[in-house]
Amino acid sequence: MPSLWISNARVIDPASKRDAVGDLFISNGKIVASLSSAEKKKAKKIDAKGLVACPGLVDIHVHFREPGQMHKETIETGSRAAAAGGFTSVVCMPNTAPVADTAGTIQQIKDAIARTACIKVYQTGCITVGMKGQALAPIGSLKRAGVIAITDDGDCVQSNDLMRRACEYAKMFDLPLMDHCQDHSMTVGAVMNEGVVSTRLGLKGWPNAAEDIIVSRNVILATYTGAHIHMQHISSKASVELLRRAKARGVSVTAEATPHHIALTDEACGTYDTHFKMNPPLRTEEDRIAIIEGLRDGTLDILATDHAPHTDYEKDKEFDYAPNGILGLETALAVSLEILVRKNKFKLATVVDLFTRKPAQLLKLEAGTLADGAPADVCLFDPNEKWVYDAKAGFSKSSNSPWHGQELRGRVKTTIVDGKVVFNNGKISA
Amino acid sequence: MPWTRRHLLTLEELSLHEIDQIHATAAAFKKILGRSVKKVPALRGKTIVNLFLEPSTRTRMAFDMAAKRLSADVISLDGSSSSTTKGETLRDTAQNIEALQADMIVIRHSAAGSPLYLSKILGIPVINAGDGSHEHPTQGLLDTFTMREHLGSLKGRKVVILGDILFSRVARSNIHALTKFGANVTIVGPSTLVPRTFEALGVTVSHDLKSALSDADVVMLLRIQHERQTAGMFPSLGEYTGLFGLNKTRASWLNPKAIIMHPGPINRGVEIDSELADGNNSVILEQVTNGIAVRMAVLYLCSGGQPESVVSA
Repeated sequence: MPSLWISNARVIDPASKRDAVGDLFISNGKIVASLSSAEKKKAKKIDAKGLVACPGLVDIHVHFREPGQMHKETIETGSRAAAAGGFTSVVCMPNTAPVADTAGTIQQIKDAIARTACIKVYQTGCITVGMKGQALAPIGSLKRAGVIAITDDGDCVQSNDLMRRACEYAKMFDLPLMDHCQDHSMTVGAVMNEGVVSTRLGLKGWPNAAEDIIVSRNVILATYTGAHIHMQHISSKASVELLRRAKARGVSVTAEATPHHIALTDEACGTYDTHFKMNPPLRTEEDRIAIIEGLRDGTLDILATDHAPHTDYEKDKEFDYAPNGILGLETALAVSLEILVRKNKFKLATVVDLFTRKPAQLLKLEAGTLADGAPADVCLFDPNEKWVYDAKAGFSKSSNSPWHGQELRGRVKTTIVDGKVVFNNGKISA
Repeated sequence: MPWTRRHLLTLEELSLHEIDQIHATAAAFKKILGRSVKKVPALRGKTIVNLFLEPSTRTRMAFDMAAKRLSADVISLDGSSSSTTKGETLRDTAQNIEALQADMIVIRHSAAGSPLYLSKILGIPVINAGDGSHEHPTQGLLDTFTMREHLGSLKGRKVVILGDILFSRVARSNIHALTKFGANVTIVGPSTLVPRTFEALGVTVSHDLKSALSDADVVMLLRIQHERQTAGMFPSLGEYTGLFGLNKTRASWLNPKAIIMHPGPINRGVEIDSELADGNNSVILEQVTNGIAVRMAVLYLCSGGQPESVVSA
């Protein structure tokens, strides 16, 4: 593998507090401080003038649907979509078919990753057997099989007692719990945010309170057990406030926000377009602003996409019957730059941090930095390039994106994994 | 101004002028209903499919009758006899109906937004006969048509809608039409069924029946569904009736000339006492009759007819 010499880039690496125009050197799959004159002569040079070079993006919340729903996405297609979005490490949720609640299934997934993934793909395991919320999954075996966290994402453990035991048990293995915060009893039949828009549309609403109650429960259990609970895709203002107070007390909780929850509100559901149907649902403008402020002050630790592919024919239904979820990997950076940097005056380095150092740290992944000796996982992007996103021409097997056909600003040009270019100028090169 | 809409999906999207056009057309058709030969050739040679994927008695019969009064051929499908029970999607069912050369589709569906969805797929007019808890536009049209027959202008009139507002498509369609006419709309019932979010639609929300009914010109009752009680929306039908059922004493709070309305089916003794449902102020059966005229107007206009040519239709 040739050494790489990326020149004239604005190198942003929050982990090593670097933000300056300069060069980046890669040798033997690692970031190096410099190359010798002889190495420089042999190195493949990438002129990155006008581009940002940052650590490869890290997404700790994706659904790649393998095994069981490979008509929607596979590890191969999902990892390609990730590479096209600048991601070099992603973490898959366990709600596959079968769900990832045994060491055997984890091994099957790991084998598929080894065979087909063009980036680094990590796996989580279930909290409960069959994700049914009734009995603990074999968490120790899952850990030995290689999971890096446990979650029943897509679902939420309803029994407070079982969640308490999961916290205690997982702590023994130093495994974080990730939770999709949703009280089932309050959301039966719910298909969008409960509020003025759902009232007008006559659709069953999913109230903020159903999220807030579980966030509160998790704060209490994290306090009581000392386990680390990571709250997934936070969508409500009150949840942000609950987390803010908990963090001020030093409780071991973290949380994520998605690009769609910072960009869109429930008004987008006004024409019953199922590309805006997701769980948790798009909330109100007040909630959206609170999430952005949560990201600004660190209450919400990271950005994550909740990349959730579904086929066209599955989404092409009455709103009540369509599945929840949208694609996210190929648009996450552009959408986040638009909302956070251009509209809310975040520093570019802050957004890079939310996508790199912080998520890597949260799950202890060897990623998220361009420090000397780190794996050479790099994303090169033009923060200002305008482009029209064509979901049907994307790398995911599905095309369920609310940003299909829209002009976005900020485009990933090159993605490098362990020193190897896997995506360049619109093409996968892995 | 000519009628330009191909579909009737909601009353929210109609202008006051368009509602007026439908009412004027319905008034002309209502005269035809009084003749010995109650039929005009306006839609002769056209085929209308009533796709009722949710149970219905009066709406389906009224659409059936309206189409026949216009000389259209009518085919009715319900949920149990359509291929949706075999897992066929709504898109496929509707596209097959279009491929069978139907000229118009009338749809009743439990999923809100399904008529809008079909209108984007099909090349033929789509008429919403009730979509989930969203809208029931022809009911809103016939209700306001009936109110105007009795009260004339609705501007400044106090209209009370009482009962299960949250899940009511009838309430939403009436709210949209009535606010366009300038009526003062108050919705009333238990707080679980009458949430504050409705204020955004331009109505007053009340849980105090006496103040809501005082001097009202119209009270429209909505059916209280037993399953709402089992879902925990209120404690019991008895408690509902005790607090919100319309009886003679409570009816005395109304304007003496007020009319009492109900889209049906009625739960006698629950939301309304029989003596009021059958009393002089009740216009419940007039609503049913007007439902034919209004639906004739909607089918006629959405097929390309114009309000001014209805008499010769």
